[in-house]
Amino acid sequence: MFIKVTSEAINPASLIEAVRDPAAGALALFLGTTRDHHEGREVRRLAYEAYSGMAERELEKIARTVRERWRIREVAIVHRVGPVEIGESSVGIAVSSDHRKEAFAACRYAIDTLKKTVPIWKKEFYRDGEVWIGSQDGSTEIQDLPGSRATTPGEQG
Amino acid sequence: MRVTVRFFAILKERVGRSELIEEVEPGSTIEGLWKTLTGEFPSLLPFTGRILYAVNQTYAKGSHLLQADDEVALIPPVSGGCERCSSK
Repeated sequence: MFIKVTSEAINPASLIEAVRDPAAGALALFLGTTRDHHEGREVRRLAYEAYSGMAERELEKIARTVRERWRIREVAIVHRVGPVEIGESSVGIAVSSDHRKEAFAACRYAIDTLKKTVPIWKKEFYRDGEVWIGSQDGSTEIQDLPGSRATTPGEQG
Repeated sequence: MRVTVRFFAILKERVGRSELIEEVEPGSTIEGLWKTLTGEFPSLLPFTGRILYAVNQTYAKGSHLLQADDEVALIPPVSGGCERCSSK
């Protein structure tokens, strides 16, 4: 498995290379790209900030869960940090599997979970201000976090 | 005993720093630490109940008991929190 948090541009070809497998009949690639608008406002540029160390650990947790739940060959996840230009990729996920169903499902799970659990924050810059996205939304509860070790006091390590 | 507190994103801006060392009593919980912090930094108060905690880089509940030298991270909602957008 291939996990990276990086300030460099995401190269889809290297993601594909990371999961390529002669036994795989399918390869799903997801790229999350930076949008030029948010709720009707024009976004000029974006920047991502990560909790370095924990972000990688949470990404690894997702990759391990993907491997446990689906019969896949390989998974790779890369997330950008720092400034990201409009239209560039901020996150890339590639999954290879023998058949397409597993690759699609695993890729979908990985991006949906990443958005809830990986401590990486996005800031959007507008002509007239800037906003941390997610900072208005307190909907994620710790119970929603898969793999959390803090589900009961007895399990805390 | 001492713990390290780390702030990110909006919380870092509100507090004006990315980390600090906090003196807490043995037996303190994360929630207790949060109360202390909101006393020192009232700008954190609006985030009560709206953030997640991590201890030594693992998510933890507010009732989690702190140990000396723990690294406690205050985690505001992460960047995918655009539930309203997808429900349109």
